[in-house]
Amino acid sequence: MLLLTCPACGVAADETELAPGGEAHLTRVGPDGDDASFEGYLFQRANPRGVHFERWRHVYGCGKWFHAARDTATLEVFGTYSAQTTAPPDDILDKIKARRPGWEGNA
Amino acid sequence: MSDLSLERAAPRGMIALRGDFDSLAGPCREITGADLPAPLGAAGEGRALLWMSPDELLLLCDPGDVGEVLARLGEALAAQHHLASDVSDARVVFTLRGPGVRDALARITPCDMRPGRFHVGQVRRTRLGQVAAAIRLTGDAAAEVYCFRSVGDYVERLLATALESANRERVAL
Amino acid sequence: MSTRLKAGGRRVDPGKPVTFRFNGRKLKGFAGDTLASALLANDQLLVGRSFKYHRPRGIVASGVEEPNALVNLGEGARLEPNARATTTELFDGLVARSQNHWPSLDFDVGAINARLSRLLPAGFYYKMFMHPRPFWKHVYEPFIRKSAGLGEAPTDADADTYEHYYAHVDVLIVGGGVAGLQAALAAGRAGRSVLLMEQGAHWGGRTPVDGGEIDGGDAAGWIDAAVRELEGLDNVQLRLRCMGAGVYDHGYVTGYERLMDHRPGAPGPRHRLWRVRAERIIVATGALERPLSFAGNDLPGVMLASAVRDYIVEYGVSTGDRTVLVTNNDDGYRTALAVLDAGLDVVAVLDARTSATGALPEQVRGRGVRVLTGKGVAKATGGKRLEAVHVCAQAGEGAVIETIPCECLAMSGGWSPVVHLWSHTGGKLSWDAERAFFRPDPDRAPTGADGEAVVDIAGAANGHLGLAAILEDAHRAGGGEGAPAPGTQPEEAPLHPVWMMPDNARIELREKMWLDFQNDVKVSDVRLAAQEGYESVEHTKRYTTLGMATDQGKLSNINGLAVLAQALDEDIPAVGTTTFRPPYTPISMGAITGDARGELFQPIRRTVLHEWHERRGAYWEPVGHWRRPYCYPEGGESHGEAVAREVKNTRQAVGMLDASTLGKIVVKGPDAGRFLDMLYTNMMSTLPVGRCRYGLMCSENGFLIDDGVVARLDDDTWLCHTTTGGSDRIHAHMEEWLQTEWWDWQVYTANLTEQYAQIAVVGPKARAVLEKLGGMDVSADALKFMDWRDGELGGQPVRVFRISFSGELSYEIATPAGRGRELWDRLFEAGAEFGVMPYGTEALHVMRAEKGFIMIGDETDGTVIPQDLGLGWAISKKKDDFLGKRAQERSHMTDPNRWQLVGLLTEDGSVLPDGAYIVEDGTNANGQRNVQGRVTSTYHSPTLGRGIAMALLHRGPARMGEVVEANKVDGGTVAAKVVSPVFYDPEGEKQNV
Repeated sequence: MLLLTCPACGVAADETELAPGGEAHLTRVGPDGDDASFEGYLFQRANPRGVHFERWRHVYGCGKWFHAARDTATLEVFGTYSAQTTAPPDDILDKIKARRPGWEGNA
Repeated sequence: MSDLSLERAAPRGMIALRGDFDSLAGPCREITGADLPAPLGAAGEGRALLWMSPDELLLLCDPGDVGEVLARLGEALAAQHHLASDVSDARVVFTLRGPGVRDALARITPCDMRPGRFHVGQVRRTRLGQVAAAIRLTGDAAAEVYCFRSVGDYVERLLATALESANRERVAL
Repeated sequence: MSTRLKAGGRRVDPGKPVTFRFNGRKLKGFAGDTLASALLANDQLLVGRSFKYHRPRGIVASGVEEPNALVNLGEGARLEPNARATTTELFDGLVARSQNHWPSLDFDVGAINARLSRLLPAGFYYKMFMHPRPFWKHVYEPFIRKSAGLGEAPTDADADTYEHYYAHVDVLIVGGGVAGLQAALAAGRAGRSVLLMEQGAHWGGRTPVDGGEIDGGDAAGWIDAAVRELEGLDNVQLRLRCMGAGVYDHGYVTGYERLMDHRPGAPGPRHRLWRVRAERIIVATGALERPLSFAGNDLPGVMLASAVRDYIVEYGVSTGDRTVLVTNNDDGYRTALAVLDAGLDVVAVLDARTSATGALPEQVRGRGVRVLTGKGVAKATGGKRLEAVHVCAQAGEGAVIETIPCECLAMSGGWSPVVHLWSHTGGKLSWDAERAFFRPDPDRAPTGADGEAVVDIAGAANGHLGLAAILEDAHRAGGGEGAPAPGTQPEEAPLHPVWMMPDNARIELREKMWLDFQNDVKVSDVRLAAQEGYESVEHTKRYTTLGMATDQGKLSNINGLAVLAQALDEDIPAVGTTTFRPPYTPISMGAITGDARGELFQPIRRTVLHEWHERRGAYWEPVGHWRRPYCYPEGGESHGEAVAREVKNTRQAVGMLDASTLGKIVVKGPDAGRFLDMLYTNMMSTLPVGRCRYGLMCSENGFLIDDGVVARLDDDTWLCHTTTGGSDRIHAHMEEWLQTEWWDWQVYTANLTEQYAQIAVVGPKARAVLEKLGGMDVSADALKFMDWRDGELGGQPVRVFRISFSGELSYEIATPAGRGRELWDRLFEAGAEFGVMPYGTEALHVMRAEKGFIMIGDETDGTVIPQDLGLGWAISKKKDDFLGKRAQERSHMTDPNRWQLVGLLTEDGSVLPDGAYIVEDGTNANGQRNVQGRVTSTYHSPTLGRGIAMALLHRGPARMGEVVEANKVDGGTVAAKVVSPVFYDPEGEKQNV
């Protein structure tokens, strides 16, 4: 039962107030995309044991989407941040690197 | 032993107002006399503004004034991207009174009802039983609950059950 | 004989007698008794039969670890199976029945299994009942079901109520023994908000029985003072009869509070499920004593040493005049002292250790008790109760040295910390070889959202068994400053681990050594599992069922895995423990359910016309959480007849439908047109103000997810109608794209579904009804097909959409929900002279199917694209992009071999079964009939007087006129001709008048 702080309203929301939205920072592939890149966009998902960036929606609260950076094994939450971004912000990345010295990103 | 009461409030005018808060502030002050509320807050007496999300307010007024308020908003915000919708009929409001209000609500919402965490005057959109609802603490021993009209009967019974239990036993709050 | 002692006990009140019934027999106890202590006071040693061999079983323990004393508690609507007698507080009028025996507890036919025990080893069921296969269903299973199982499931609806409670605290402490109290004092004095849960009805745990001094006075006095102080602190909550059930992620803990079990029928919820978010959790759950594994250790009269002294000290109950103590540690001697203090006889102490010179053994010797060191129990013998203990050398094979007649055998195999809650969410354990138990590893504590330890553990649960160490540890965990109240107890010598008694017991003894009393698992079973190659403790558990009963192996786990380790010639830590899972002890289904039963089972969404429908005798159909009228039967009509009448009346005169549940989402902004062009497959930005357009929405996968009519309200505002089930989903879909992909687009949405009641007035006389009401021009010229207008009808503000889902002249009229009923009544009144009737969702479905209109969820199932449904006309060729466009170009989507929409007319006019397949020649690799399509909608059409169906058929539209076969439920097939899915008014003349 996760507890995630919604950055839009500041509420520490119970998992039952949230809806999960899967992996974050996917780039949409539109009509111009070739088959391989479109397949990657639609179906290929990272499933790391460790640091992961996810989308959540505060559906029973302010209704806003946000991003969460957390460890899928320990469930440590490194931070939550705005949905209106294409990459994790530096302060979150710094925190992850401090907590997980060997981590070099999920790419 | 507290003495809690529950009432379905008389219809009230409700306008869902979405827009950039900087552009909403002026017209809202003119219409309600209040400054915009802080996040999770409420502002204004009589006509009031409840904070719903970073780009949404719920404006409360007399049901008879909704048309006039919508017109004034439309005029004042004509040049601004915004959306003002009459939602007076979409929701029902319950008023809860009695010193055990927090304790009763703690039976049905995961929202932290502790006095230090949920201040009088604040509004929380959360889950009540199995449906979405908003809780507005209007006093130390008073609250309003907003929910969708279609689940009004469910919420009324849910609240009544929680209040009955809280009337019998104050647990932690 | 077990009996009540004159001296009385700490908890029972002889001034308050209580009567209860056990197996129909009226018995007496006292207020403060548990059912178990009262049964013992009445010499009811035999309390049940074991699960597999139906062996006679008695009370072993005095708390939650009890494996045997499970009863059917209560009757009728308050019957609870598998209730533990040891944790059931006695009340006047309590009714209990023993379980798992037939015809009676004393004479049980199933006991024959015990004679056959050599034929029922570990894995017996797996090995035996595999073949022949049909036997399982018809012979084995009924037999096993009858002979196995413990309690009886209640047949009446539960008479009680239940509730949840969400609590948020700084510190949650589980366990109200001296450790929990000390931790609460430390945290509470520091001003932290504290919730302290104790599963039992008393504070202080075992300490008052086990003795010792705290702060220079007796422990009971300190406990009382601690509770008084805590009660005086506003920031501390104390809950008795409240068990910490499970620890989950991010400081989430469930607690199980039993409010009314000791006073059934009193007003208020019976159980309360606490749902706690704690910043810090302190587990202070104490320790449990382990039994010893010797032959006959399951006889009634053989009990845990700690339980024997609990019954004497707490309840004033003697468990027998003559007690033998068998132990491997000093603590067990406390029981000898308690027995002696009660004026009863300790015939002998058998200590498996070669010497016993600690303070406690010396005290016992000093009182003239024979202490035999290096000795153990070869076997305990008796029938339905213990008669004698046969002494042997612990180091030997079990040759009997001496036989001692006695009524009670108190056994102590040492203590195991209760680490369950520490382990639930990942806390790790380490093996303490000196004390022979698993203890929490402080360096590998469960972590919370911040990555730091969120669970702490204190006292005996943390492996501290002495009073002084327990208090110090709890003080630390609670965050206390300085030193806590000092505790003093006699020094204890180390134990000697004994996993089997005697060390080299022969097979015939091992076959009588019970590890898991409740599931009837013996030392020989675990050794057999090891022999057969089960090396993992998790596999052994499942093969033997060790630890899988309702007690979850509280007594058996450590002994069982030690036996497994021995058999595998491994160290105990290498074998490891099985996984600890919540809840700590079983909790009621009612507590999990909370208030969600009866009318609160599920929220029912009601439109403002719900009451009208109800009064009209609507037969309801659940649509999501809504209830919509399926039809309105009149007189003695069947549902089918009512539907037919409603369809005919609507097609010939006029019908009214409550369409309020349809989603209504307003989309507004400078970029709203662009946004809707992305969302819908067709073009919405070009829709003129005042007009409506039918639109399709697809997911990025290309699949059709929703459809509905879009109206353009003004230059930058659109109103999107969705399906009933799509309202919340599509609004969320819109917000997702706006917030997470196109956040720089200027668009706002609002879900106004519930703001409006919407009423469809449908049929050739629909216009006449509206005109009768008056107020706006609804003529064919002023309000054309697919127009909408704001206006007034009968003085009420309305928005009228001229759209049709039936093929008839049709108006959908929206008005603020608060006035919906008023509008409905007026329309109905105005329609009376035109023969208006309400119609339900089934008539709606029939009429749309007659017209070949698709229904989301019938023609679609998440794998269907609009092109499959002949809806290519609604897919814009002009747009560069829309959600699903790229996916619809994938090779599988453009494959001409897809199943595509057609109509089917059965050759005999019958109605095809729902979900029927259109079969093809031959069979697939699984021997199943090949298929080439399936029926998606099938109805009796009252308009055509025959069955009609829509189906997805392989290359369907190219096969018009072909006859195919659809299968029937009872076997066989029906022949049907492939036709256009539009069965009625293909030119659309009726709706365009």
